[in-house]
Order: sequence, then structure tokens, then C-alpha cells
Amino acid sequence: MTEQTYAPGTHPDLPPPSDTIGLIHWLKTNLFSSPVNSVVTLVAIYLLYLALPSAFNWLFIDATYVGETRKDCAQEGACMAFIGERFNLFVYGFYPAELRWRVNLAAILLAVAGAAVLWDKIPARKHMLKFALAYPLIGAWLLSGGFGLESVGTHLFGGLMLTLTIGVTGIAFSLPLGILLALGRQSQLPIIKYFCIGFIEFIRGVPLITLLFVASTMLSYFLPPGTTFDLLLRVLIMVTLFASAYMAEVVRGGLQALPKGQLEAADSLGLNYGQAMRFIILPQALKISIPGIVNTFIGLYKDSTLVIVIGLLDPLGIGRASVADSAWLGLSTEVYLFVAVFFFISCFGMARYSLYLENKLNTGHKR
Amino acid sequence: MSTPTSNTNPLLRAWYNKEARSIIVQIIAAALIISFFAYVINNAVVNLTAIGKDIDFGFLWQNASYDINQHLIEYSSTSNHFTAMIVGLINTLLVAGAGIMLATILGFILGVMRLSNNWLTQKIAYVYIEYIRNVPVLLHILLLHGLIVSSLPRPKGSFNFGDVFFLNNRGFQLPSPDFQSLFWIVGAFVIAGIAFAWWFGHHAQKVQDETGKAYPVAMINIAAIVLLPLVVYFVLGSPIEWDVPALKGFNFKGGMVIRPEFIALWLALSFYTAAFIGEIVRAGIVAINHGQTEAAQALGISNSRTLKLVVIPQALRVIIPPLTSQYLNLAKNSSLALAIGYMDIVATIGGISLNQTGREMECMLIVMAIYLAISLLISSVMNWYNNRMQLVER
Repeated sequence: MTEQTYAPGTHPDLPPPSDTIGLIHWLKTNLFSSPVNSVVTLVAIYLLYLALPSAFNWLFIDATYVGETRKDCAQEGACMAFIGERFNLFVYGFYPAELRWRVNLAAILLAVAGAAVLWDKIPARKHMLKFALAYPLIGAWLLSGGFGLESVGTHLFGGLMLTLTIGVTGIAFSLPLGILLALGRQSQLPIIKYFCIGFIEFIRGVPLITLLFVASTMLSYFLPPGTTFDLLLRVLIMVTLFASAYMAEVVRGGLQALPKGQLEAADSLGLNYGQAMRFIILPQALKISIPGIVNTFIGLYKDSTLVIVIGLLDPLGIGRASVADSAWLGLSTEVYLFVAVFFFISCFGMARYSLYLENKLNTGHKR
Repeated sequence: MSTPTSNTNPLLRAWYNKEARSIIVQIIAAALIISFFAYVINNAVVNLTAIGKDIDFGFLWQNASYDINQHLIEYSSTSNHFTAMIVGLINTLLVAGAGIMLATILGFILGVMRLSNNWLTQKIAYVYIEYIRNVPVLLHILLLHGLIVSSLPRPKGSFNFGDVFFLNNRGFQLPSPDFQSLFWIVGAFVIAGIAFAWWFGHHAQKVQDETGKAYPVAMINIAAIVLLPLVVYFVLGSPIEWDVPALKGFNFKGGMVIRPEFIALWLALSFYTAAFIGEIVRAGIVAINHGQTEAAQALGISNSRTLKLVVIPQALRVIIPPLTSQYLNLAKNSSLALAIGYMDIVATIGGISLNQTGREMECMLIVMAIYLAISLLISSVMNWYNNRMQLVER
């Protein structure tokens, strides 16, 4: 067969060499690029082979998802039947069953308010934001009652709704407080500056648990004789103060990252301190510190589990109580995994949103 | 044309003067802060006198009359609250120190795995880090404790490692050393070895700076610290007797035991913090300009020396400050020991002692002061290290 000849530029495109495309190429570059890499890959595959199938069997194949007590469960698999039995407890805690519509309504309104804050293309955003600003009050009214609604004691709060209550309150109040503390720490006025430094460093130096203990056992000593106020409210205040100290450090990082010229430019335009902060400094500083702020939110949300040490029952507390229940004895792994999935979904979601926000706000600094 | 408004009111004039205004604002702030504290302290005094309490640390010398299941110093139920506090403090420092070590090692491994060009290890590290970081540390502690207590066998069916180590749901049993009279000689050799290694390191560096001649420093130092004392140990006829645990009835006798609470807390804190350290290490290495590596390669420096002499020293500068705050977090998170009954400082003086004596104020003050001191200690050590690693500029 004679070799065919082509005029210049008329040769049809050839397929790429077989070892630069497809599965083989991917395997070669990503898993077996060198002898060391090949060994590492094989060891990793072996370890996964040891762990995954048995875990999968335990969690899905051999597991029992429906049942009344521990006895209904198969011995070798996970016993997930408690989820159906306990689901309401995990969500509402001990909130009275006939009043749960209020929790549901508060959750729906929270979703609306959250959408207004998080999603900037929502219709009529200005009014929605006003609603979001008022939401903490509306939510508190719906959950605890009073003013025409039957009041519900906060000792009945529990489960997911307690986590959300603590998380949302902490997030809503710790950011403004943290910004104030950060500005105070940067202030030229020594008394304000050192007060803020002292507060921030004290809070950051002690564990949250000790603050919660103070809230639960000692706070009444510091109030006028005879005043008592709600344990949950005390916890909310402590959690907010705790998160605001961390928030202040994050915001301070953002403030320090700004070139000094920004403030000087504001001064030269004749803006006063408040205007300079509002229009020049804070918008830029907060934008830089978004990842840190969201991290603090996630930390606050996770730290809300610590309330179980002073006897409040968030999902983890309900789980711990379930582990001790004689009908469901010996289920700690299943219970804690279930709670872990719940926390994972919410925290991972927040982290993803922060990434999205970072990319969206990353204007003008791209090279 | 308007003339500049001249205000005759002296207060308003002071307000428009920057210095005067800052003084006014500060006086107001100071007055508010002082009156707030005066109010709070006054309330506390009134409340305490109303129930007949005072602030008195004398209770520390009273009999504690409760047991602590893990005590590294002499302690029994007849010891006083102060000893209980020290035992708790040692337990806190033990779990925090061990946690910091393991978390650092695991964290560096995870950080390197995240940057590996092996797809599988990279993804494993990614999944691990995302799972661990997005679940509360308290949940990790409880989960791990539950796993250890419920899925490890009872003492009868322990995992047996050569009849010397045993693992069961009561903990990890291992032999305890019983030092004989001659052991101090071995100890003296170890100390002498460390002193020698310190001197030799400096000396070798000096020689290398002056002549370019490099000694195998690591080998010689290891020989001085480990091998020589080992030889002395055997020459003296092994002056340590090991008390090996043995199954007697339902439980183990002899030896020592690492309790499941300690294992669960230590592993959970380390795993949790390691995930954060992994991301910090990754970010630190990524932050090093690739030109640095290329320059080292262009100079003909080998890969491992590039890593050791070029990349890591620069990456450490980025890594250390966030690493410090992770260490602080780990130390503070060790207070969650309370949830699984590990007797740390919160569980001893802030828990049982507090409940027995009813002295909330004093106990919480002690606990907070101790945590503040630990935080201060860690951050000053890390700041010292950070200053040493900083780029020395003109």
C-alpha cells in the first residue's frame, strides 16, 4: 500500500495519542505517577477496602431502621430505629406537642429572613431586610410566647430548635458587638482601648464551659438581690459575649490589613470618625474578614453543643440521654453519628456559602 | 458669605476640640465602666452577706474526701482540695500536652497529604478534614468514648500484645517501671548526653561555618543520648524492674493503665485539632512562592534539602501564628473532659470540690485563673518561637 500524500494544510486531524487521554492517562498521572505514588495508592486502596465495605454493611445492609425497642434490632448491624421513635424529640425537645406549629412557623420565617440576608437577588430586598432585622424579636415572641400567645418555659426548649435559637441569636448579636470591640481596640483613646483589650483577652483565655458555669451558677450573685432571670437567656448572653470576642479579633485582622491611606483619605475629605468607618473602612475591612467571620459563626454553632454540660438538651444532649435510656441501651455510636450528620450538613453548608460569598465579593483585586 | 460660627458655650467648644473631646469621652467611659463594676461587686457583696457567705480560700486545706481515678502524684480521699486541684491541673496539662504533640504530627501529615499529587491520598485527607472540622469537638469526644467503652472487649477477652500490653474497655494496660537504686547512674548519663548534644550541635555548626566541614551531628547526638545510656543500663544489670499487668479474676492487677477517658479525650482532641492544623500547614506551604523551589533546584540542591532548608523555614513563618491559636483552642477544649468523666481541673476543683464546699466564686476564680495562665504560657512560648523564626530584616 502506498503512502498517501497530502497537500500542506489538508491532513485530517489525528486522534490524540492514546496515553494522553482517557482513564489510563488519568490513572497514570494521578495514581501511579511514580513508584512511591503507586505504593501509596495501593496501601490506601487496601485500607479503604478494609474499612469501607464493613462500615457500609453495618450502616445500611445489616442495619435496622424501623422498630420499637433495642430488641427489634439485628445484632450485627446499626440500630437506627431510634431515629423514627425519637425524631420529634431531636427536633423540638420537650416543646408542647400542640404548640409545635409555632416552632415550625418560626423556622419558616427564619428561612425567609435568612434568604433576605444571604441572597441579594430576592424581590423587594429592602423590606425583606427590615423584616430580617425584626426577626429576632418575632422569633423570640413565637417561641417563648407572651403578648397573646400561651407562654412556654425555656426549660422545655431542646433539640434542633435549641441549637438554632442559640446559633441565630449568637450570630445576630455577636457580629455588631464584635465590630464595636474591634473598633474599640483600635481606638486612640487609652481607657476604651485597654478595656476592650482586657475584655477580649479574658474571654479568649478561658474555655466557654467555665463561662457557662458562671452563667448557670454564679450570675445571680452579681444581680440585685431577688432578681432571677431565665437560664437560657443567661446562656445566650454568655455565648454572644464569647463569640463577640473572637469576632473582634477577626474584624481587627481585616482593619489592620487596610492601608493607612484609606483612613487618611477619609480624613482629608473631611469625613468624621463615624462616616469614615461606615463608608470607607468597615465595608472594606468586613469584606476581607468574611472567611474569618463565617468560621467564627461555624465555631459558635458547634460550641452551642457545650450547653449540655449545664443541663440544656440540644440534639447532642438528647442523644446522650437516649444512650442512657434502658430501652435503647448501647447505641452510642449510632446516636452520635446521627447527630454528627446533622451538624455536618449545617456547618458544611455555611462553609460553602462563605466560599461563594468570597468569590462574589472578590472584586477589583483579581490579577 | 458666612462667617465661621463662633460658639460661646464652653462645653460645645470643648466638644469641637479633638483633644478635649477625647478626654471627655474617656471620662464618660471610665465612669460607666467603674460604676458598672462597682454595681456588680456591690450586688455580690450584698448577696453573699445575705446568705452568710464570704470569699475565703481556706477551704483548699480541708479534706477533699473524694477519689480521683487518675493521679500522677500521691493522692487519696484524705488529701485536701488543694492537692485535688494540683492533680486536676496535672491531668489537664497531660492531656493538653499529649494532644498538642499528636495533633501537630497528624496535622503536618494531613497538610502534606492535601498537597500530594496522588489523587487518592489527597481526597482521603480532604474528606477527613471536612468531616472532622464540621462536627463539634464534644461530639467527637463522646463518640470516641462510646466506641471505646462499648466495642472493646471486657478484660477477660482483652487484645493481648505479647502478654505485656493489654487493650480492653477498662483502658490500655501496660507494665509500670520500678526504679532500682542504681538507676540514677543511667539518668545521669542521659542528662550528660543531652548536655553534650547541645554543646556538640553548636560546635559542629561553628566548625561548618568556618571550614565547611560537616559532622554527622544527628547520628552522634542520638548515640550520646540513647545508645550510651542503654549500654550503661545493661552493664549495670538492667536496674528497672517491670511490673507486668496480669489478669486476676475480672480485672487486671499490677502495671499501670491508661484509662479509656484519657484515650478518648486525647485522640478526639488530637484528631479534631489535626484537621485544622492540616489546613494551616497546607496554606503555609502554598504561600511559598514557587520561584523559591525553582531557585533551589537551579542551585542543584537536592529535593529533601530544598524542603528542609528553603521551603519549611519560610512556610513556618506563615504557619506559626495560626498554629498558636490552635494550640490554645486544644488546651481550652480539654475542659470538655467533664462530659466523659476525665478528672481534669474543671472536674476536680470546678466540679466535685465546688459542689462539696459550695464555694462557687472561689472555685471558678481558680479555674479561670489557671486557664488564663495556661493560655498565656502557650502564647508566650509560641511568640518566642515565632520571633526566632521571623525574617531578620535590616
